[in-house]
Parts: sequence; C-alpha cells; structure tokens
Amino acid sequence: MPDLDAPPRALQGIGVGPGLSAGAVARMAAPPALPDPRPVTDPERELADAVRALEAAEADLRARSEAADGEARDILSAQAMIAADPTLRDGVAERVRAGEDAAHALRSTFDRHRELLASLGGYLGERAADLDDIAHRAIAAALGRPMPGLPSPGHPFVLVADDLAPADTVGLDTGTVLALVTERGGPTSHTAILARALGLPAVVGCAGILEVPEGTVVAVDGTSGQVRAGVGDDEAAGVRARAAEERSRLTAGRGPGRTADGHPVDLMVNIGSAADLRGADLDGVAGVGLFRTEFLFLGRKDAPGLDEQVAAYAEAFALFPEGTVVVRTLDAGADKPLPFLGLPEEPNPALGVRGLRVARDRPEILDTQLEAVARAAEQATADVWVMAPMVSTPVEAAAFVERARAFGLRTAGVMVEVPAAALRADRLLQVADFLSIGTNDLSQYTLAADRQSGALADLLDPWQPALLQLIAACAEAGRRSGRSVGVCGEAAADPALAPVLVGLGVTKLSMSARSVPAVRARLAAHDRAACEDLARRALDAADAAEARAAVLSS
Amino acid sequence: MPTRTVAVAARTGLHARPAALFVKAAADQETPVRIRVGDGPAVPAASMLAVLSLGVGHGTEVTLEADGPGADAALDALAALLARDLDAEEPADA
Repeated sequence: MPDLDAPPRALQGIGVGPGLSAGAVARMAAPPALPDPRPVTDPERELADAVRALEAAEADLRARSEAADGEARDILSAQAMIAADPTLRDGVAERVRAGEDAAHALRSTFDRHRELLASLGGYLGERAADLDDIAHRAIAAALGRPMPGLPSPGHPFVLVADDLAPADTVGLDTGTVLALVTERGGPTSHTAILARALGLPAVVGCAGILEVPEGTVVAVDGTSGQVRAGVGDDEAAGVRARAAEERSRLTAGRGPGRTADGHPVDLMVNIGSAADLRGADLDGVAGVGLFRTEFLFLGRKDAPGLDEQVAAYAEAFALFPEGTVVVRTLDAGADKPLPFLGLPEEPNPALGVRGLRVARDRPEILDTQLEAVARAAEQATADVWVMAPMVSTPVEAAAFVERARAFGLRTAGVMVEVPAAALRADRLLQVADFLSIGTNDLSQYTLAADRQSGALADLLDPWQPALLQLIAACAEAGRRSGRSVGVCGEAAADPALAPVLVGLGVTKLSMSARSVPAVRARLAAHDRAACEDLARRALDAADAAEARAAVLSS
Repeated sequence: MPTRTVAVAARTGLHARPAALFVKAAADQETPVRIRVGDGPAVPAASMLAVLSLGVGHGTEVTLEADGPGADAALDALAALLARDLDAEEPADA
C-alpha cells in the first residue's frame, strides 16, 4: 500500500501532451517471463492446456475488439482470428508431442510464425510484432498469469508503462485514461504521438515512474513534464478542476488562428488518409498542411496504379473544398522499406536512400504520383500544393519543382528536414514556392540523435535552440521572398511552442486535429511583439529545458 | 479439382478487415478451401496466418481450390466475396 503520510515526490520527465490531470496509477502489465521448461508426463493434458490458453487469448482479444470501434475494432478482431488459427493449434500439438510443456510449445510455435512474417518484410514484417502480443496473452493464460496489456482497475487512472507500443494502446479509452506517463520514450515516440492525437496529458522519459506503486495518486503536468507522486485526494481534485476549467477555456475559442493583435497564422491538420478526419472539429482549420501518402503504398507488392491514387487523393481534397491541401510525395526508403521499391538494406537507413532520394533510381513512382495528384486536383476546388520529403540541395528542389510543374501542378515546394536545406533556405525559395519544416527529422539530423532513441530524448526535444535557429533561418528566407514557411512536425502541436514559432516568422502550423484548440488558444493570448520576444528568449537559451523554462516563466 | 481465379478488389488487399471477413467465410464453408497466388503453394483459406502471409495486394489474382461435396458452391461464394471492395463496406454491426 502507498504510504499516505509521506510528502509527494517530484519526478521530472519530458512533457509531450500538454494539459493537467491527476489520478491513481495503474500499470501496464509486463509480458510474462517464461519459467524453465518442465518435463511433460501427460501430453494430452498439456495439449488441452495449450489449446485452452489459445482460446483464452482469443476470447480476450474478441472482448477487446467488441469494446472498441473503427480501425481498432478491425485490428483486434483480426488478432482474435489469428489466435483461433488452426495452423497455430497444429503447430502447438506438434511441439507438445515432441515433449514441450504448454507455455514453451506456444512460445516456439509463435516464434516460428513470427520469423516467417518478419522474413516477408515491409508491412507484413511489422505485423510480426502484433503476433508477439497474441503470444504474450496465450502464454500468460497457460501460466495462469493475468493477461498483459491495458489495465482495467474499474476507475479512471493514470496509465504508467515502460514505453507504449501501438498494439498496447489500440482501443485505449480516453474516458478512463486520465494521462500517460512512461519511463522511457522521447518527444517523437509512439506515446507522444498518441497522446497528442487523443488530447491526453503525457510525460515521457520520466525516470523512476515505474517504481511508483500501483494505486498511488499522481499529478501529471504534460506541459512542464513534472509528475508529483503521492499527492493527496484534495490536491488531485484541485488539479482535475483546473484541467476541466482549462479545457472549457480552450474549446471556447473558435475561428481561424491569429495572434492577440490579429496577425493571421494558418492552423492546418496532418492526415494519413481522408478517414483521419471523420468526426473531427475543423472549425477555423485552413486545410491539410501535411497529407502523408504512405498508406496507399503499404503492404503492396506493386506500386498502386494511377486511377487508384487519383481516387484516394480526390477523397482527401474534397474535405477542404475552400482550403489548401499540401500533399507530401511518398516518404519511404531505407528507413521505411516497401517491398516493391526493391531497395537494398543499408547500415544507416536514416542516412540512406529515403524520401525524394528514392526517385534517383525509381523516377516512375514519383511521376505516377505527381500525375495522380494533378488529375485529382483538376477535379477539386481545394488549392492543392505538393511537396517532396528529404530534400538536401537547391538542385534537388529545382528538379522536383520542375517535375511537378510538368504535370500541371502550380504550387510545388519542399520539406526542410536536413540541416543543409535549412542553411540554404534562401536558395531553396528561389526555386520552390514554399517550405514546410519537418521538425522530427530536422532535430534528429541537427542534434545527431536517432528519433527512436529514448536515451537521447532531451536532444530530440523540439525546444532545442539549435533547431529553433534553423527554423528562424527558414522563416527569415520566407519573409525576404514573400513565400510561405510552415512547420508540420510534432513541434507545431505544442501550444507553448506555437507563439515561439510564430515569433520566429513561421506562417503555417500543421498538427493533429485534436491539437488545434490548444494551439489556437495560446496564439490568441499573445500579440505579435510578445511572440517575437518569446522567440528571442528561446533562442538565447543554452538547451531545450532552459528554453522552455524561459518561455513558460515569462 | 474445381478452382476459381479472381482479382482481389479490396483496396488494402487481403489484410486486416478484408482478410478477417474472407477467413471467417472460408471457415464457415462445409468443404475445406485452399488459396494460392499463381503457381505458389496452396494454403488453408480458413487460416488467418496463412492468408496474411500470402501478402496479397489490391488487384492481385488468387486461385481458390476445393474438392468434395459443395465445393462449387463454396468456391462461388468466396470468389464473389473477394471480388467486392471489402474496405469500402461499413461493418454491418458498427
């Protein structure tokens, strides 16, 4: 039991989902560890146990599927069908007859199928991880342990985990989860992206949170990254009341983005397909600032055809008949392999053939995509812009823009994700119509810190002054040329950072739809001069934590 | 042996929901049905893992085969299912 008389303990992590909340900790159950194999005396009984375990996993996944909706429901239902797969039962039966106990027979059967899927690579390779989730559930059942996964303590809770994987959080109910806190993970980790998509307060990289006992009441500040463990019920109630007040204040703001003195800032949304915006409140949203087109290409043996692409793009353009939709051409390659690209494995995928670089060898994929965007744009009333990912030089930018224009696309720009591109922003804007800064990759390349690395999360922080300085250089180039410079990375979703970005000269912010109200509210609270003052303070700081502190305290 | 060859119409190919619908329908048939791509090995259509591992994309032609009583009816039903864009159809119970 938590010691109720001890003073609250302060833990510090990185705030990635702004907002306040407080509640009791419930931990993500860890996957079960396999005990040593034991000799099998009764194979029939052992097999019956293993089959029961698979049935329990299936029933658990089926129940979760029925409680979920939309895409989560489909994913979980497919997972349940895998658990019920007769080939799994046959495999397990074979291992049990070979002398393995139920848990080990399950483990080795799942491992064999996992390897098979992983060897197929691409989208199917990623499904190998889903198989692990089913395996963990079946093994837990065979060992008589609780199923791993989201806890259900029967009351609202603060979800605590080492780190969260996509499969862990499918069907996460924002009605009962108050906040997310993870021991590991960085600002671009899945937890961070999920938190912002769900509008949940979240802190990642919070050392020590796993040692906080289950049931302890914690107060989470997703803006400052502070977690206070062991607060009293009164303080928790106070925090929740402040959070509710904050939320109603946020949702009161309507209309397009602007500073307190009326300087307009385009608030836009990032989407992966038209379906992402179902049910979203798009009041005052100027359009789509980042339309990721990868979904069309995932899990394919061949590139999607022209007509199929035209139809998918047209669907997205129809969402904003009077707005702007910025299409990013295929961002795949060494880091996000697609089978039909036929690219060799590389030792440093992040520094390899990815994004626009894929067009060096496979120009026809880019050409088909540009033609499809142009055709869909012809039928649409939305203002369609197109941009290329992973551009490093003005020559690459010029070649892309020329290609896009050849297909009749009027507005063609490039993403700034590489420091070289930011340093040459003036030259880029001599050929490109606009720049869009992808802060996740730009911070990875500027600070030389892998986006996936939880240990380097402080370096990947979008508040790093070096990153802000490169953004400032792009914005300054935009001002000189009268062209648009936007930010479409996770940085744009941080309400505290929004006035800083605007102060640096950024004119468009693109984020998940749920982040819009908080960003809009924060911008409306500062006039342009105040934004510029905050930008100067952040640029003057020695590191990300100092920059954040300087802005939040002023 | 009776067979049917059909192009998969689902936009995402035989993954996730379309695969689940197909596998479930195959399991409901009285006769075991197998599925293959081109001259590849035929795998049980009622196995989610086997069907997923085929990695069937949109527009890929697959061949269904079955033997025994009711084989033709089972093949017709499953071929008709694959010829529909299963992604575009809303789940009936949602």
